[in-house]
Formats: sequence, C-alpha cells, structure tokens
Amino acid sequence: MDIDPLMLSRIQFAFTISFHILFPAFTIGLANWIMVLEGLWLKTGRDVYRRLSEFWTKIFAISFGMGVVSGIVMSYQFGTNWSRWSDITGNVLGPLIQYEVVTAFFLEAAFLGILLFGRSKVPRGMHFFAASMVAIGTIISSFWILSSNSWLHTPAGFEIRDGRFFVTSWWEVVFNPSFPYRLAHMVTAAFLTTSFVIAGISAWYILKGRFAEYTRISFGMSLGLIAILAPLQILLGDLHGLKTMEVQPAKIAAMEGHWEGGEGAPLILFAWPDMEAEENHYEIGIPYLSSLILTHELEGEVPGLKEFAPEDRPYMPIVFWTFRIMVGIGFLMLFVAIGFVFLSWRRRLYDSSWFHWICVAMTPAGFVAILAGWFTTEIGRQPWMVQGLVRTADGVTPSLTTGAALTSLLTFLVTYALIFTAGTYYILRLLQLGPQPHREETTHQARQEAGRPKRPMSVPDERIEPAE
Amino acid sequence: MEWWQDLTLIWTGIVAFAIIMYVLMDGFDLGLGILFPFAGRDTDRDVMMNTVAPVWDFNETWLILGGAGLFAAFPLAYAVILPALYLPLLAMLIALIFRGVAFEFRFKAKSSRYLWDASFHFGSLIATFVQGMALGAFIQGFDVENRAYVGGNFDWFSIFSLLTGMALVAGYALLGCTWLIWRTEGSLQEWAYKLSKPLFLAVIGFIALVSVWTPLANQTIADRWFSWPNILYLSPVPILTAALALLYWRAINKRNEVQPFALSMGLFILSFAGLAVSLWPNVIPPNISIWDAASPPETQEFLLVGMAFLIPTIVVYTIYSYYVFRGKIGEDAGYH
Repeated sequence: MDIDPLMLSRIQFAFTISFHILFPAFTIGLANWIMVLEGLWLKTGRDVYRRLSEFWTKIFAISFGMGVVSGIVMSYQFGTNWSRWSDITGNVLGPLIQYEVVTAFFLEAAFLGILLFGRSKVPRGMHFFAASMVAIGTIISSFWILSSNSWLHTPAGFEIRDGRFFVTSWWEVVFNPSFPYRLAHMVTAAFLTTSFVIAGISAWYILKGRFAEYTRISFGMSLGLIAILAPLQILLGDLHGLKTMEVQPAKIAAMEGHWEGGEGAPLILFAWPDMEAEENHYEIGIPYLSSLILTHELEGEVPGLKEFAPEDRPYMPIVFWTFRIMVGIGFLMLFVAIGFVFLSWRRRLYDSSWFHWICVAMTPAGFVAILAGWFTTEIGRQPWMVQGLVRTADGVTPSLTTGAALTSLLTFLVTYALIFTAGTYYILRLLQLGPQPHREETTHQARQEAGRPKRPMSVPDERIEPAE
Repeated sequence: MEWWQDLTLIWTGIVAFAIIMYVLMDGFDLGLGILFPFAGRDTDRDVMMNTVAPVWDFNETWLILGGAGLFAAFPLAYAVILPALYLPLLAMLIALIFRGVAFEFRFKAKSSRYLWDASFHFGSLIATFVQGMALGAFIQGFDVENRAYVGGNFDWFSIFSLLTGMALVAGYALLGCTWLIWRTEGSLQEWAYKLSKPLFLAVIGFIALVSVWTPLANQTIADRWFSWPNILYLSPVPILTAALALLYWRAINKRNEVQPFALSMGLFILSFAGLAVSLWPNVIPPNISIWDAASPPETQEFLLVGMAFLIPTIVVYTIYSYYVFRGKIGEDAGYH
C-alpha cells in the first residue's frame, strides 16, 4: 500500500463518509418517529406523547446538527479530492445532488427551526406539519443520494464523449438498475437502526425502573416495527444480492468468497481469503447452499473471482468479512423480532429482564450493520469508481499532493474524534435525564439561569452537564 | 446567440443567486460569531445566539446549494476551483463544523461552556476570513491546463487575498451588528449601535481599497470599467454605493432599527454586482468562460424544470420561517 494522494484520499473519503452516515442512518428513522409521536399527540391530546416527542427531539437536534456539519464536508470533498471524477461525471450526478439540496435539505432545515423552536409560536397543526416536513425531507434526501450512489454501481442512460459522461435518458439515470433495491435496503436499515436504539434505551429504563409511563409506549412501538422490518430486511437483502449477481458478479464472488465459482457452490461460513495465492485458507462451508441461495437451484452456477483479471478484482478479505458481519446482525435482529412476538403472545414483554438485556446489547446493532453493509458494497465495487468504466485511480485530483492530502486526513480525524466524543457525551447525559415531566410556566429567574428564553427545547434543566 | 447559451445565462443567474443568498444570510450569523466575545455580558451572548438559533442551519444550506449548483451547472469550474482552494476550504469546513455544533452543545454545557463559546467565535471568524481569502484568490485567477488545476497548494495566498479576507470579516461583522440593532433591545442594542459606525467605516474603506486595487492589478478589469461607454453604463454601481452609504449614516443617526441591516445588505449586493462586472463572463478567471465550463444543454434543461418551481417554493418557506421567528429577542421575554 503506497502512501500517495490516491490512497490518502480513499482513506479520507471512507472515514468521513463512514462517520457521516451514522447520523442520517439514525435521524431518518428518528424524524419519522417524532412525526408519529407529534401526530399521536395532535390526535389524542395525551401529554405523554408530547413529552416523548420533546425528549427524542433533543436527541434528534444533536444528531442532526452533527449530520449537517459532516455532510457539508462530503459535498466539497467530491471537488477537492476527486476533481477528475467530478469533471467526468458532473453532467450526470451534479443535477441529482442539486435536486437533493433543493428538494430535501432546504425543506429539512427550514422546518427544523419550527420543529425545535416553534412550538409556542405556531398552531399545533403547524407544528405537526413541520415535523412531517422534516421526516419527509429525510426520505427525499435518501432517494436522491442513493440514486446517485447506485448509478456509480450500475451506470445507465448515458453516452461517453471525449472521456466524459453525457446523459441520454434521465429516467434511466435516476432509476438505474440497482437503485430500487439499494433504496429499499438502506431506508429499511435506517428505520431498523433507530428502532433498535429506541428499544435499547427503553429497555434500559425498564431495567432501571424509570419513566414507566413513557417506556412502555416506546418499547412496544419500536419492537413492533422491528417485528415487521427485520424479516422484511432479510428478504430485501436477498433481492438486492440477486440483482448484484446480475450486474456486479465480481462483488458477489468476493462477498461469497468464491475463487472458482461454478455449479453447486458451497456457502462459506468461515475462511481466510488470500489474494496472492488466489485461494481460501481454513475454509468451512455448507455444500450447495451458496448456489441454492443465489440461484434458487442446488446446481446453479455462481461467479468466481478468478473469472476476472487480477487488476479488476475487489479486495476479497474485507468484503467477505464485512458481508458476514452485516448478515449476522440481520439474523440477530430477526431473533429479537421473534422474541418480541413470542413474549407479546405470552404477555410477558415487560417482565422478562433477559430480553431487556438483549435489547440493551442490541442498541448499536444497526449502526454496525450499516457500516458493514456500506463497506461491502463500496469496497466490492473497487477498483471501479464507475463500475466497469472509470477506475478509482483515474478520479483523483491531479494537483493533489501527499502533504495536502495527509493534512486534511489528519485534521478530519482529530476534528471528528473531538466532535463525536462531545456529541456522544451530551446525548448520554440527555438519556440519563430521560423524558421530563411537563412544566408549563418557568419562573423569570429560572429562565435567566437557563440562559435561554422560554422554549420547549430548553426547560431550566437544559444544562445537562453537572456544575463543577 | 444559440438557445443553449441563454440557458447557461439563466444558470449563471441561479448560481449567482445561491452565492449572494448565502453571503447575505449566513453572513449575518457568522458576523454574530465574530462579534460574540466582545459583547458585555454572558446573557448578551445567549441572546445573540438565540436570535439566529432557529435559522442558522437553513442559512448555511445556501452554501451547499452554491457548491452543488456549481457541480451541476459548471462541473469544470467545480473541478478546478475546489482543488485550487484545497487548504482554505479545509480550514473553512473545519471552522464550520466547530461553529455549527456549538449551537447545540453550548446550551447543554456548563463547565465546558467556554470551549463552545470559543469554537463559535473562532469558527465564525476563520470561516469568514477564509471565504474572503478564497474570493481574493478567485479574482486573481487560477492556472488551468487540460481541464485541471495545475498550480500549487499555496497559490491562493497573497497580500490581496489577505486584504479580501479582512474585508469580508468586517463586512459580515457589519451584517451581524445591524442584525442585532434590528432584533434586540436594551443594552445589547445600544452596544450594537455604538459598533455600527466604526464597523461601517472599516467596510467602506475595504470596499474602496479593493475597488482601486483590482483594476490596478488587472488591465482587463481596468478596461472593462474605464473605457467609454462602459464607464457610463457602470457608473450606477459606485454612485448607488455612495448613496447607500449616506442613507446608512443617516439611519444610524436617526436610530432607525431596520434600515441599517437592509442597507448593509444593499452594500453587499452592489459589491457583488461590481465583482460580477469585473469578471464577466468568466467562471474561472482569467480565461474560462461560463460557456466553456457549462454542463451540456440536456443537463441544464433537466435541472431548470425543477428549479423553476423549487426555488420560489424555498423562498416562500424562508419568508414563512423568518415570519414565525419575527420580533425582538430579549433575555427573558423572547420567543413569545
């Protein structure tokens, strides 16, 4: 591995996007959860929904803020580190990103202000509308960014002139072959991630005997959603995999750990892929199962990595293992879903502490699965930046020096470490405080101490850090 | 002129609109961050942040639109300008990160509060200074060969770009100061009134300096402004600037609350117009025009269909959002 601007830019991109994706992955689901709570409050007028919404809105505000600031970095990095790529693909991808900004980012940002600060300034219905616009904004944003990303995996609707892409059909560009699968898989993953966070935190409160009134609602609702989405996600993942075998067979070969491919291939559970020797060490597999899963026939033919020239192969060891981590977590999620259905049927959901502990342990599961999934799909696309057409090495900025690339990489590492530590700390403090009971009127003095005027976001205990 | 050349003109207008919207809207909240540590009391600083807490995130979205618009409509400009400004943009992004999270973190912190105060101030200051330097570098132009930037990592650094950096700090601070006059009352407003004159004089000084320096350093720009009959057509720009300056002075003396902010914005718009005149029709100075860098007609058409109704929609809910959070923000009574 050479320390050159290309490698440093790849590490920087991988690092910044991995950091960034944690926040959208969480806030897509959370925005919708807040919308549901606001809707329930509007409909029933029960105070508990409003308290719950305010509690999760505080956590949402911190996460969203961190998502926004790390997202701005992404939108500039295309140009700073990958300027050749920008020039080559700008005609196609520029508009998709532009549409994301004008249909999603503005919508989210404008109504976020009203959601966070406007409760006492707008009618109840308008506040619910603002929550809905933020939630819808997150979904629209997913639509455009996944369309752009999918196009890099399965480019369509273009012609190449003088080494640059020109669009022949916008419909084919936006709805490129892998896009529907990727969108469904990702949005479901985001909802699962949020659900597991809500379920885990609620389980923690139940174990500690706190906030019973609130946690029964959030625990039941989040697990109910998991019971639907966990099995659905496995089905969507399978469909996504079948499509990938059709359009990116090298990626499937790397995911499955197949060198030879062919008929009746085994499902490899454990192996140590060796790129030099072109074989797996310590392989343990179940005969015929890979063929059965991928082709739905015992003797079905699956791709092997040796079918591709050595310089066109993705790096199998990473893809092989990140894929297994993702799938493993997917099945753990399914077991939680089954546990929920079983315990609900036996009416023991709120007094089975072993199950609550499992939920607590599963709190970060969605984040890990999403990161593993993105590593699988993105490293699986290598060495291509645009599958089969543009190599990653040809996309890097020509004028970029090792010094500049190293400077930016280190700066981002340090900055994100600081921000992430602080953000996590404040979120944990908020979780420790939990949902707060209603206080209609704060005293003048309390407001002054709080430093913030009367708003729902900042009751006097807004300062969540202990004084020293 | 071919029909697609008109299309590019429209796109130039849209990108220019995004940039000026960004400058005007994020300008005043960055300006607040620049003035932040100089406010007398901690409660004043609370109020300063509260005046923009509901809208800053929205203001900053225009920066993303500027970047995305450039990528979509002028991919070549995006691919050249961003690498040329690699290090300043890095500094700007890091500054914006620290500043952005300060809005959420500051009100949650107690013992570490001073750190978020500092990150809000220095984040705003550095982001502004770097944007100003980037502007100076842009005016001076970039070395391009074979559709790529070929200059060095530090070409953006010059005496001129230092000057434009300081000019923008003064300019944003003026926007922030006049915003405070409009949206606060009592001792904080009094303080803003006091600052409004020296800041304004500094801004006028910088505008004059940059306006003289630019044509002196660049013959093409000098010809553009001072040849007959251009000088006649372009004379409204300096004349209007002088008129706004006089109105501003009068408004401050009469203690008008809204006009100083509006007139400061007017100064920014005129300076931006002056800049556009100087550089026209280049999107990458000194010699790549908007038509050289434009994406093909099919891309621009596809975008225009959406923008035609999306941008007006955005403007409508911007107005609504500012309307919801209208009125004075006091230290105890705000947000009623």
